[in-house]
Amino acid sequence: MSKQMTGAEMVVEALKDQGVDVLFGYPGGAVLPIYDAIFHQNKLRHVLVRHEQGAAHAAEGYARSTGKVGVLLVTSGPGATNAVTGLTDALLDSIPLVCITGQVPTHLIGSDAFQECDTIGITRSCTKHNYLVRRIEDLPRILHEAFYVATSGRPGPVVIDIPKDIQFATGAYTFQKNIQHKTYRPQVKGDLGRIKQAVEMMAKARKPVFYTGGGVINSGPTASTLLREIVRLTGFPITSTLMGLGAYPASDKQWLGMLGMHGSFEANNAMHDCDLMICVGARFDDRITGRLDAFSPHSKKIHIDIDASSINKNVKVDLGIVGDCAHVLEDMVRLWRTSAAKADPAALVKWWGHIDHWRARNSFAFRNSNKIIKPQHAVRRLYELTRDRDVYITTEVGQHQMWAAQHFHFDEPNRWMTSGGLGTMGYGLPAAIGAQMAHPNSLVIDIAGEASILMNMQEMSTAAQYRLPVKIFILNNQYMGMVRQWQELLHGGRYSESYTESLPDFVKLAQAYGAHGIRCSDPADLDAAIKEMIDTPQAVIFDCLVDQKENCFPMIPSGKAHNEMLLADLGDDAGIEIGSVIDEKGKMLV
Amino acid sequence: MNAPATPPSPYSSAIGKSNAESHTLSVLVDNEPGVLARVVGLFSGRGFNIESLTVAEVTHETHLSRITIATSGTPEVVEQVRHQLERLVPVHSVTDLTLTVRAIERELAMVKVRGKGENRVEALRLAEAFRAKVIDATIESFIFELTGAPRKIDDFVELMRPVGLVEVSRTGIAAISRGPEPI
Repeated sequence: MSKQMTGAEMVVEALKDQGVDVLFGYPGGAVLPIYDAIFHQNKLRHVLVRHEQGAAHAAEGYARSTGKVGVLLVTSGPGATNAVTGLTDALLDSIPLVCITGQVPTHLIGSDAFQECDTIGITRSCTKHNYLVRRIEDLPRILHEAFYVATSGRPGPVVIDIPKDIQFATGAYTFQKNIQHKTYRPQVKGDLGRIKQAVEMMAKARKPVFYTGGGVINSGPTASTLLREIVRLTGFPITSTLMGLGAYPASDKQWLGMLGMHGSFEANNAMHDCDLMICVGARFDDRITGRLDAFSPHSKKIHIDIDASSINKNVKVDLGIVGDCAHVLEDMVRLWRTSAAKADPAALVKWWGHIDHWRARNSFAFRNSNKIIKPQHAVRRLYELTRDRDVYITTEVGQHQMWAAQHFHFDEPNRWMTSGGLGTMGYGLPAAIGAQMAHPNSLVIDIAGEASILMNMQEMSTAAQYRLPVKIFILNNQYMGMVRQWQELLHGGRYSESYTESLPDFVKLAQAYGAHGIRCSDPADLDAAIKEMIDTPQAVIFDCLVDQKENCFPMIPSGKAHNEMLLADLGDDAGIEIGSVIDEKGKMLV
Repeated sequence: MNAPATPPSPYSSAIGKSNAESHTLSVLVDNEPGVLARVVGLFSGRGFNIESLTVAEVTHETHLSRITIATSGTPEVVEQVRHQLERLVPVHSVTDLTLTVRAIERELAMVKVRGKGENRVEALRLAEAFRAKVIDATIESFIFELTGAPRKIDDFVELMRPVGLVEVSRTGIAAISRGPEPI
């Protein structure tokens, strides 16, 4: 059945047909017809952000916390360019987004018209795919195809650039369920022969480890369930990347904690010493591998990924399996159950003995203080005081992000939203807004730094408008903490421009935005202050003044291998001497 | 621990190392606006080489274009190039003609030569030997049209240099697999 309507109405109709209930956006000249169509209906809820970057991150937070597609609507020119950071963020973290941008009328394209930019050209490299709609006849297909492309295979952002004359034009709108792209058919089922081979390799392993990532979460809750099953069945240890936290419960004894640059001692040593690595939905990113030529030198490697280009990209593996995590894990669980061969229990016991030895080093430990709030302690208390609640955590980027990953523990997927690949400061608050829109009755907390939060602080106004009770927990050390740490490591402690001399009064700022402000600087008051934050029914900015000089450990310095971690020195007040640990080659790296 | 024998990453093994190889890829794409920019942008964005690139619509009814790209890199890099191309939404298929089948590669060149007397005679004689066609002539110049493997064109251009080479225009490589089967 087709219906006659305008392009703008088609946009609204298609979003409804795709099951979208919330979109984030900001109006402007080139999207006025679509905003008019939104005005004439009440099924789609529009959230007016204060900056288009906020719209993109909010859509990411919404998508990441629900498993659905996040949708944003922005105008041409600056609207589109402001969204670019969020689109790139979604591309690197494989978050499904559909971004609709207005464009100047077709006949003006290329004339440097007011608020014109080459949106398609600019976003080509930061989207999974993008479309410029040239004919009203193409619009319905493109709208639905965009959702298919955003969610199929490795998810990612898709831009639809719609010139204003197309929004006004009238055409026939049709919608068929389960639309497919004419060529794009990602492979979801893994090759059975290869999965069988993987199971055989697992049965022969003496020192195996599962290394999992965001792909498990993107694959959906079934993948997390199956991952738990295969880990339990095999008895193997498991670690995960920053993006994969929550897919496997952190409270389980087979869990080694996060791996990578600021991962746990046991996770990184297990990766280095293992004889079989089973990588599920992770991509051997440089934050994970450390020095490539010393990365897990004695192991066979299995890599399960839906994106064939991820396999053998950074690290050469012995067995690549292209497919969706849930599908591959389902076959793997079945084959493992029916296979007679099982990993040698005695070898596993010995392997767990090694791991327990590393674990005993307690690498996330820190020297607490009763005079000054240690940032790690603050995150731990936040975790303890919220653990029986329905909680979603977002973060900004920097030291606080790593401390959150180390000290806040997740037992379920889709509860943890952070900018992993791009490392976008300013991600957390809009992402929290997106997550809170999707889960209005849950506790949504943005664990933030005082520098990052200022990058998209304007979104407090959005939170106020929609009465979203997001909690912003700022670990305030007045420094761009990770920059300061690297300057200490690499540049002789010359803290060039990483100290913020003039910060706003965050309590007053909260009040200015109609939110509640809390400041805490005494460890003795911390619990009560956190409880006050949780019990406040409106948005809260919590200014937690923490130790300014605290460094984030453990750490694999640039250019070093997994077994060359720096650990916090707990016995000495002066802390660890880190000025000389990175060599010249390491300094060239990021 | 010694460094492994094979480079662990296509990104860490610098292009131009001794084990770099030339490969010709045939990429079938939907002929939609911007598709060439997507392909070219992928190469520049990820630091891959393009030695030659040709593109034309080959099936008008289905708007299918064939892009032939000559690239170079280690086998790992070339495999990565192929997978990255396959990820692009409008790409139907990517075939590494160098790997899968012995392919025939051809290029067309137009070569302008200017000269008088003995040079002019010599240019014409060489052109005959290379089976190049004269497609334009004046009292003091020729334009030759030549088709062949890229190597043959290189050779011809080199020979024309001493007898008055002025200008060369080349199409880049078109390639097709041998035998009755399509790619």
